[in-house]
Amino acid sequence: MNFETTIGLEVHIELKTHSKIFSPSPVAYGADPNANTNVIDWGYPGVLPTTNKGVVADGIIAALALHATVEQHTHFDRKNYFYPDNPKAYQITQSDKPIGHDGWVEVDVDGVKKKIGISEMHIEEDAGKNTHERDHSYVDLNRQGTPLIEIVSKPDIASPAEAYAYLEALRQRIQFTGISDVKMEEGSMRVDVNISVRPVGQEKFGTKTELKNLNSFNYVQRGLEYEEKRQQQVLMSGGAVQQETRRFDEKTGETILMRVKAGSDDYRYFPEPDLPALNISDDWIKELDAAMPEMPTKRRERYVNELGLTDYDAMVITQTKEMSDFFDATVALKADPKMAANYLQGDVNAYLNEKQVDLQATKLTPANLAGMINLISDGTISSKMAKKVFKAITDGEEPKAYVEAHGLVQLSDPAKLQPIIDDVLSANPQSIEDFNNGKKRAVGFLVGQIMKQTHGQANPQVVNKLLMTALQQ
Amino acid sequence: MNYFDKDLASLHADLVAKKLSAKELTQATFDNIKATDPKIDAFLNLNEDAALDQAAKIDAQGINADQPLAGIPMGLKDNIVTKGLTTTAASKILANFNPVYDATVAEKLADAQMINVGKTNLDEFAMGGSTENSAFKTTKNAWDQTKVPGGSSGGSAAAVASGQVPVTLGSDTGGSIRQPAAFNGIVGMKPTYGRVSRWGLIAFGSSLDQIGPMTRGVKDNATVLSAIAGHDDHDLTSSTQAVPNFAADLNDATSVKGMRIGLPKEFLAEGVNEDVKAAILAAADTYRKLGATVDEVSLPHNKYGVAAYYIIASSEASSNLQRFDGIRYGYRADDVKNLEDVYVKSRSEGFGEEVKRRIMLGTFSLSAGFYDAYFIKAAKVRTVIINDFKAVLKDHDFIMGPVAPTTAFGIGDEIKDPITMYMNDVLTIPVNLAGLPGLSLPAGFSNNLPVGMQLIGRPFDESTLYKAGYAFEQNTDFHLEVPTLGGQN
Repeated sequence: MNFETTIGLEVHIELKTHSKIFSPSPVAYGADPNANTNVIDWGYPGVLPTTNKGVVADGIIAALALHATVEQHTHFDRKNYFYPDNPKAYQITQSDKPIGHDGWVEVDVDGVKKKIGISEMHIEEDAGKNTHERDHSYVDLNRQGTPLIEIVSKPDIASPAEAYAYLEALRQRIQFTGISDVKMEEGSMRVDVNISVRPVGQEKFGTKTELKNLNSFNYVQRGLEYEEKRQQQVLMSGGAVQQETRRFDEKTGETILMRVKAGSDDYRYFPEPDLPALNISDDWIKELDAAMPEMPTKRRERYVNELGLTDYDAMVITQTKEMSDFFDATVALKADPKMAANYLQGDVNAYLNEKQVDLQATKLTPANLAGMINLISDGTISSKMAKKVFKAITDGEEPKAYVEAHGLVQLSDPAKLQPIIDDVLSANPQSIEDFNNGKKRAVGFLVGQIMKQTHGQANPQVVNKLLMTALQQ
Repeated sequence: MNYFDKDLASLHADLVAKKLSAKELTQATFDNIKATDPKIDAFLNLNEDAALDQAAKIDAQGINADQPLAGIPMGLKDNIVTKGLTTTAASKILANFNPVYDATVAEKLADAQMINVGKTNLDEFAMGGSTENSAFKTTKNAWDQTKVPGGSSGGSAAAVASGQVPVTLGSDTGGSIRQPAAFNGIVGMKPTYGRVSRWGLIAFGSSLDQIGPMTRGVKDNATVLSAIAGHDDHDLTSSTQAVPNFAADLNDATSVKGMRIGLPKEFLAEGVNEDVKAAILAAADTYRKLGATVDEVSLPHNKYGVAAYYIIASSEASSNLQRFDGIRYGYRADDVKNLEDVYVKSRSEGFGEEVKRRIMLGTFSLSAGFYDAYFIKAAKVRTVIINDFKAVLKDHDFIMGPVAPTTAFGIGDEIKDPITMYMNDVLTIPVNLAGLPGLSLPAGFSNNLPVGMQLIGRPFDESTLYKAGYAFEQNTDFHLEVPTLGGQN
């Protein structure tokens, strides 16, 4: 039997605003429990929410970045449920008229391009956090009221690999807008997943299961792959898939039953009476649209078509806006694009990984990287010397000044190299004879001797050329 | 000392002239409350030490002529949070709740240097029309202590009517200022929705709740409204409309001349007591004599107001009251085994019967499968009612009618019959649904109990209501009558 798979993703993205969505408390991490809270966050009697306009702007930006229609006449709704991390016992969210709807992103899986639809995105508040010890449970409301955007996919995702690609496309586009860090490892991007399979040709969707504990894109893909197979096997053995929530086990790569769902929860949504409706003007949308940065897909096209990068290089450079902006600025300073791309993917990434920092937290600047690349291009330094220079520019040093101060200038002048070559040749007649007898290895030995004499500063290309001329005479 | 024959202007004049100090006035107020409240039970909690300290400070600073409220005592309904002063909403679930912040209205009156003498009784969470739903005590009508004071702002109304304080604030979700004002023969204003900040008002029906002043006279009421009204950054439903000095316009007792008044026939229909009807018809004649015209008009959908209201208000309340869960503040049941127990037992033991009834009603109305038939339908009815008012107020300056179908009823008479109790609000509820201002003022007596008249205006046109109320008051004597408090003043 052949099956087709339908995957739905609900992605929560935490926004990087200064204050919470409905209270002036700061949004910040690492504070003492409940330090970043006030009476509004506590759900105190008599308090009222006020809308952070910046969050609405971010919602519009997200909608624009994901090709969605901005809902200009929208409002908030209450979602009612009891839980200690939910102090009002309702979450202020959007149910009836989400701020954006009918968007899409394009994914590329093994060279096949596909548009994945987004049914809606809405802005809402996050809950606090419960922690449990043996005899006690604790509630920390620091996260309560942190602004979120929830993005819900249409049932267009047909494979775990597409799910991965969709998440990566979302992450990149949102990351480029700057409204969120979108880092799963830090919780600023969270993914809820559901999946169903059905025999090819069946009109009705299969029964779906939900997966939890998917803390990276890889786990999402692996969990879905396992679950896809599991459901297929259940159906092939004549069984029926249960509507249930399953937990992904990182160690075994399997999904484990958490709970079977009986019916759906009733959250008793209704319009939030404490907040006036939102009326989003054309001008506001235009203003935000005009300020949108160039999106990663556009940048990749430009890098490939105008700068001659490979698809792969273009993809790696556009992982984050910071990297891409750095690249653009480096190239704007006349650095060779290919070399700039290589350095960013190679030495720069290695450095960031080693130091565990983001690019913007380093002393590296586009000016210094471009300066170094240009010194390589014009032959002033060799790629080997550049290793030292690169280390210097990570400490914020200006490459030209560093090269001069440390005598790293490459020796390229034939007039200065010729006497050294002559000396080496006259000191090694055996090598000349070896060369004449067809032993090409002798060249390498001679170059090594010349490099030794020049303390590695000789330009290898020039040395090679001069040496060959001398040998063939 | 009581406040039967003293209005704010005369108290202010005495304070400025130093015939009376704020401290003397405040002390005398507490003495009187202590003497009379055992009969009336208007106050839940007195603020004696802090109030006397504040009065002494005000005396030390001196009171200027441009501070019309400075040094004058007032009381706040106990669903208005006050920093450091126990605020209960008359519920067991908040019996020991000591807020860490002040409601905007409390802050504004403190800025005006009024002295908060204490918190007045109400129906639990403002749900009721008799104060019999208070978890702590039943307030008595100032005119007859066997009768209810109305509600839910029954404590605020009885405190003013019995001369304990010249000013209280109440809150009105479906008539909770106007009906107790009527039952006690005083003046109560339910301002336009959005006129007064709700920050710090313990929410009942968020789209309906409004705080307003309760006073002996119209001018006093206008003075206090100017002090508490205005936009508040804490409340996005509060309006940015400019706040007039309402009292400054009240000099001309004939200012209704040329006004057109609508008298809806539905307001005098079946169920309205004959004496009440007669008082309103007499009031219409008074206005005619003053040069106004009074037309019979119709609010054809008025009768659907009560049903729509009990769905909308209860739905909002069911959500608003979920925060009382025993986790962070307020009552928590003992003998709990798990989280579910904390919720179920704390709420079952902490809330009274009427509150639970409305939580269930609201929860049902919002439930999947019933939402469209109840909540959405009620919202549509609300729009129809708004349009009824709009049509009449297009060519009428205001609407007049009774506040309630009857005068104060006996304690215990209706408490067992929620539907009868709900129908008392049939004439006040539509005003909240439409968000309009409504003024309640004395218009007669029936069997020695006050009859109240209601004036309903255009949005943010409290000014016209005060003018019309003032004109009526200056041309009648009902407001001069005072209760005897069982023979003891």
